[in-house]
Amino acid sequence: MFGILRIAYKLLANDRTKFTALIVGITFAVFLMVQMTAMFAGVLSRSSATVYNVGASIWVMDPAVQTVSNSIPMPDAVLDQVRSLPGVKFAVPLYSGGGLVKLADGTYQAVTIMGLDDTTLFGRPQMLKGQIEDIYGESGFIAVVDSEYTKLGSPKVGDEFEINDNRARIVGLARVASNGLFGVPSLYTTYSRALQYLPNTRFTTSYILVEPKSAADIPAIRDGVARIGYIALTRDEFVSQISHFYTFKTGIGTNLLMMSAIAFIVGLSISGQTFYSFILENLEKFGALKAIGMTSRELITMILFQAGFVSLTGYGLGTGLCATMIWLARARLPDYASIITAGNLLLALGMVVVIAGVSSWFGVRRVLRIEPFDIFRG
Amino acid sequence: MNMPDTPGNAFTKTGAKTVAIRAEGLTKGFGEGETYTRAVSDVSFEAYHGEILFVVGPSGSGKTTMLSMVSGILRPDAGSVSIEGQDIWSLSTDQLAHFRLNTIGFVFQDFHLFPRLTTAENVAIPLIIKRHPWDEAMSEARRFLEIVGLANRADVPPVKLSGGEQQRVAIARALIAQPDLLVLDEPTASLDGDTGRNIISFVRSQVLNDKRCILIITHDSRIFEFADRILNMEDGRVTGIEDGGSHVAHEGV
Repeated sequence: MFGILRIAYKLLANDRTKFTALIVGITFAVFLMVQMTAMFAGVLSRSSATVYNVGASIWVMDPAVQTVSNSIPMPDAVLDQVRSLPGVKFAVPLYSGGGLVKLADGTYQAVTIMGLDDTTLFGRPQMLKGQIEDIYGESGFIAVVDSEYTKLGSPKVGDEFEINDNRARIVGLARVASNGLFGVPSLYTTYSRALQYLPNTRFTTSYILVEPKSAADIPAIRDGVARIGYIALTRDEFVSQISHFYTFKTGIGTNLLMMSAIAFIVGLSISGQTFYSFILENLEKFGALKAIGMTSRELITMILFQAGFVSLTGYGLGTGLCATMIWLARARLPDYASIITAGNLLLALGMVVVIAGVSSWFGVRRVLRIEPFDIFRG
Repeated sequence: MNMPDTPGNAFTKTGAKTVAIRAEGLTKGFGEGETYTRAVSDVSFEAYHGEILFVVGPSGSGKTTMLSMVSGILRPDAGSVSIEGQDIWSLSTDQLAHFRLNTIGFVFQDFHLFPRLTTAENVAIPLIIKRHPWDEAMSEARRFLEIVGLANRADVPPVKLSGGEQQRVAIARALIAQPDLLVLDEPTASLDGDTGRNIISFVRSQVLNDKRCILIITHDSRIFEFADRILNMEDGRVTGIEDGGSHVAHEGV
C-alpha cells in the first residue's frame, strides 16, 4: 500500500498549481478559524481573569450578576449568614470595583481595585516586590505588574498617587495568573481601605468567597445560600456563566462564530473546488488504473490519502501561522487577547476533516462511477 | 491466480496451438426501450498462445465493446469469456480486477499515462499495485524501458516524449506484470505511418512469445501484415476470420 500512497502523493504534489492552491486554501481557512476562535478564547479567558486570580472555590453573589466585573453589592449580614451554613470552612468578603487614579503628570487612569479580606488577605496576588503584609501600611496598595502596568507610569515601591482624591502608596508589586479583559491596571488593597477610598452604595460586599469543608458540602452550601436569596457558584460554574454571557449576550460570540463559519466555507470552497478539479483532470487516468487492475478500495484510499495529506499539511501550516502571528502580536501589543487552546485546535481539526471529507467525497463519487470501458473506448 | 490445468478446461489443444482465449456467444446492448442498441451480437472466437489477432472493422462495428468484454472490463449481457481456462465473468469485481492485473496488459488508444509521474513511475504502476517494493518496481520499470528502447527517458515525464515514445512507454507498462494477454486499442491511430509500423513490428518481434496472446483493435490496414489472423467485425457480428500477413519469426519478452 505504501507504493500506492507514494504514487498518490506524487500525483498530487507534482501538480504544483493545484497542490499550492489546496495547501494555501486550507492553510488560510485554518488560520482564520484558529485565529477567530483563539481571539474568542482570549476574550473569555480574560473575562474570567478575576475568578482565576482570586482562586476561591465558591463565589456567593446576587442572582442578577452576569460577569465578575458587574458585581451587585450585598449586605454585610449575608457574610455572617453564609459563615453559619453547615459545610462552610470559611467565608470572606471581596470588594471589586473601579477607581480613578491621578498620575504624577496630572492625567487620570481608570483602575480595577480589589479589596481583600483584612484578616486573611484571601485571594492575594503573588508578590514580586515587597511583602503582602505591607498592604496594611498607611495608604498601602499593591500594583499588579501585567500588560497594563505601564498605564500607571510603571510605579515602583514607594511611589505615590491619588485615588479618588485620597493618597495612595505603592507598597508592593505583584503578578496574577491572568490579565483582565478591559485593559485597565489592577491594584490590590484591603477590603476596609477599598471601602474608604471608593464611593459605595448602602451595601458593600461584592462577593463572598467560600471554602467548603469538602466537595461533598457544596450542594448543601448552594442550597443554604439560595434560601437566603443569593446564589453560590463554584469557580468553574462562575467561569461558565461569564463565558455564556459573552458568548450569547454581547454579540462577540455570534460575530466570531460567523467569521469562523465564513472561514470554513471559504476553505471548503477553495479546497473542495480545487480538489474536485484535480480529480476531474485525472479521472481518465483513474479509470485506466481501474482497467489495469486497481480496485475501487485502493482508488478510494488514494483519494482519501491525497485529501488527508493536503488537509493535515494545511492544518499544520495554518495553526503554525496563527501561533506565529499571535506571538508577534503579543510582542508588540501586550494587551492582545488571543489564546490557542486544545479546543480551538480540535475544532479547526474537525472542520478540516469535514473539508477533506466533503472534498474527497465528490471525487470518490466520480472515480467510482468511471468505468474502465469508458476509458477503453476513449 | 491458480489456473486449472485439466484438458479441455485450459490449454485446449487445437492442432499445435493452445487456446488462450475462448469467447462464446458474447452479446451486449446499450440503452433501454426505443434507445436500445445492440453493439455486439453472439460473437464467438478463439485466440491462441503465440499469435497476434487483429480485430478490424468500421467504426461502430462493436470491436471495442467486444474486446472490452473479452478483457474483463465490460460485463456481457450474454455469453462467456474464458482466459487461460478461467471463466472471467464468474469472478467478483475485486477478483476480476486482480485477474486483469495479473493476466492482461492494456495499451489504451490515448495511452493514459500520468503526466505528473516520470516515465519509469508510469511503467512501474502495475507492480506497485501488486505491492512490489518501490525500489524493485522502479528497477524493473527501468529494465522494461530499456527493452522498449527508452532507458535514457526514465526520469522525464511522458509529456516530454513523442507519440511513438509514449506508445512504447504504454507498452512497457502493459508488459511489466508479464501478462498472458496483451490488448492494444488502435495502437497506431495517433502515430505516423513509419512510427506505427515500427511499434507493431516491435510488438511482433519483442513482445510476442509462445505463452502470450496479443489482441489488437485497428483500422490501420498498413499494419495488417503483422497479424497472424484477422477477425473482421461489422454491425456487432463477426463476419469472418482470415489469416494475416505475418510469417515473421519472433523472440518475445
